[in-house]
Amino acid sequence: MQSEWKFTSKDIAEKPDLFMSGHRACAGCGATTVLRLLMKATRGPTIVTTATGCMQIVSSMYPYTSWAVPWVHTAFENVAANAAGIEAAIKIMKKKGRVKHSHVDVIAIAGDGGTYDIGLQALSGAMERGHDFLFVLYDNEAYMNTGIQRSGGTPLGAATTTSPAGTVVPGKLETKKPITEIMAAHEIPYVATASPYYWRDLIIKTRRGLEVEGPAFLHVFAPCPRGWRTDTAKSMELAKLAVETCVFPLWECINGEYQLSAPSKAIALSPEKKKPVREYLQLQGRFRHLFTPKFEKLIDEIQKITDQRWQRLLKKCGVSASKT
Amino acid sequence: MSEKSWKEISIGAVCWKPSTALLTGDWRTYTPVRDPAKCTRCLLCAIYCPDGAIHWKPERNDIEFDYNYCKGCGICANECPTKAIEMKLL
Amino acid sequence: MKNVIKQKVVALNGNEAVAYAVKQSDVDVVAAYPITPQTIIVERFSEYVANGEVETAFVCTESEHSAMTACLTAALTGARTFTATASAGLALMHEMLFVTAGCRAPVVMAVANRALSAPLNIHGDQSDAMAQRDSGWIQLYVENAQEVYDTVIQAFKIAENPNVLLPAMVCFDGFIVSHSLENVNVLPDDAVKAFLGMRQFPTVLTHDGVKAPFRLDPEHPMTLGPAAFPNYYFEIKRQQVEALKNALSVIRQVHDEYAELSGRSYGNGLIEAYRLEDAEVATVCLGSTAGTTKIVVDELREEGVKAGLLRIRTFRPLPVDDIRRALQDVKAVAVLDKCISFGGFGGPVFHEVRHVLYDLDKRPVLVNYIYGLGGRDVPPWQIRQVYEDLKGILKEEKVKEPVNYLGLRE
Repeated sequence: MQSEWKFTSKDIAEKPDLFMSGHRACAGCGATTVLRLLMKATRGPTIVTTATGCMQIVSSMYPYTSWAVPWVHTAFENVAANAAGIEAAIKIMKKKGRVKHSHVDVIAIAGDGGTYDIGLQALSGAMERGHDFLFVLYDNEAYMNTGIQRSGGTPLGAATTTSPAGTVVPGKLETKKPITEIMAAHEIPYVATASPYYWRDLIIKTRRGLEVEGPAFLHVFAPCPRGWRTDTAKSMELAKLAVETCVFPLWECINGEYQLSAPSKAIALSPEKKKPVREYLQLQGRFRHLFTPKFEKLIDEIQKITDQRWQRLLKKCGVSASKT
Repeated sequence: MSEKSWKEISIGAVCWKPSTALLTGDWRTYTPVRDPAKCTRCLLCAIYCPDGAIHWKPERNDIEFDYNYCKGCGICANECPTKAIEMKLL
Repeated sequence: MKNVIKQKVVALNGNEAVAYAVKQSDVDVVAAYPITPQTIIVERFSEYVANGEVETAFVCTESEHSAMTACLTAALTGARTFTATASAGLALMHEMLFVTAGCRAPVVMAVANRALSAPLNIHGDQSDAMAQRDSGWIQLYVENAQEVYDTVIQAFKIAENPNVLLPAMVCFDGFIVSHSLENVNVLPDDAVKAFLGMRQFPTVLTHDGVKAPFRLDPEHPMTLGPAAFPNYYFEIKRQQVEALKNALSVIRQVHDEYAELSGRSYGNGLIEAYRLEDAEVATVCLGSTAGTTKIVVDELREEGVKAGLLRIRTFRPLPVDDIRRALQDVKAVAVLDKCISFGGFGGPVFHEVRHVLYDLDKRPVLVNYIYGLGGRDVPPWQIRQVYEDLKGILKEEKVKEPVNYLGLRE
């Protein structure tokens, strides 16, 4: 890891937006805050590529663009291959003297569909080949661009338009795929989770992902008021609660070594700070049906799975489980 | 029609206008109104704003709402540590 | 031909001829996934990389979809790019073929034509490439390893021409061409390099209001591959039509320029008319079948039959005027299709040729023969049978069956 970049909130606020205003994202969109902060963390010449999805469509409605950096979209399932092609081209053209910049960072951005599901093959391949780029997953936990259909990233019990809460089925029956662990299992140099509420942590992790040589994977939590049936004002609050309930813990895996990030570490050290998942679920319309006698038990199940995953993570991070 | 013909646009569908030309402020219902006396200039609102609609003006040591882009989501008001921002139906 | 450059003769099969041409073309990025009968191309190229004979980033992707994607974005970043595939691999690329053409990325691809599943079949027919004929790519169908070599080099120059800027596929019959060893004349390395030159970039207007070279470059940020809705999508597609139209003259021009350098030509680059001047009966085909047919035509001519052959070398863009001129005075024409258009009226080449001739006042009688599917061999005697059928049609002034199957057990 290179020297830590020191910055103040003024530095960040002053830095021009490379993801520009006027984008067509819904009001209160968590993913756009993620993108703004992500682009604030860039360190120099950068090329961005985005998979088909919310962030692509809201930012590139021809003839308008929200991207102040070179940017390309090609399809849904292949953004890691986009990055691979760009990285390979830059590398060889630099060698041949046709790229004058000493270094060009490459960032691939995809939603949960373009990462967990349809994009997983291209992602796994690019990671295995060791291309030097940062893959950023903005996880709004369903196919929001096409109208809230379930994905491998949709959590247990969430209602989506393809996992609706009916009279007998309580929303999605399966748990969220542990995508970040899957990426860590690729033994790439940098894997991390982040939440935009903890904006400083997100920026630092983005910068680390760019600085590291080889592939980096950053999983960012991105509340979606439209799809989660939440108040537009609550997106950052939910991004905070997800961490506080350990539904979405913050951690890094650097060269195979797991470590908790500060907000989650604080909970590990003071387990009484860990909030019940109920507090997080009750703010969201997608979990509304769980607060009825018929499906109430599922909240306990969600709590149980959240706790199990948290304990497993603590173990990986070398934090004694007995403490919690 | 103001749109261009196929002969007038560059090849390759290269975008030729910045999205800053799209004033998304007209989507807004509630408008954030700040009480400068309560505001500590912590800049959290500017950092969290999904629309980049709160600018930091170092020369005035103050923030400025850009209502051209503010969609009125209310994140700034929700996150303000001193509750200096109120969402108002203007 | 005068001033023809001195060349060396190398024994290469079609695949090796591709790899050799790519090696000489100073390609920046090769991204590929192996598939029979194309695999030798990526294997040979890997050896060039392993031995330091090329300065190329070789990306062994996990699928053809990613291979095409990586070539596309590498090309948009300014690199000269190449890939190769066949059959199922080409089918897997299908989505990205349209995107590559739509993004105006001049990727060059070799396709060792192979049948599509099911049933699984590794042998040659043209169903794979024909299924992609409306993807916006330039499609060149070549006859033998020598033409493969010559055409791959030409393809880079055609694709990268700023008035074209479209991807191009060089198609050749799987196994028949891909695996047959031939004596191939190869140009000196520096002659190929000089012929191709550096990639040229047209200038485009960006969101910053500046005109900049069309590529992803931090020097001049631009947005590529956006979403375009009903207000602009149609205009952008119309530009692709124009680019393919421009390609017709560029293909000829590059072919002629290359002919001057190498001493080798293939008709006018678009079509090859073989003994067609005074022909009464003729066949139309693509690819290696033309080699077999030329022998049959020669034999028939010896026997006093006015037989000819039209080989379509450039299938996309379709050289409409050239095909019309070549066939307008022929009395009966048999179109050979190494592909079926299921549920249609004959094969795809038949569709196109018949369609093109419709506007002539006096047009030939046309019949179709589907042949060689799944790699079934077509010996000269079967081709001869086609000419016999055409003679019969002229004699009886009647077509019994417009769509026929050649070499099929009934």
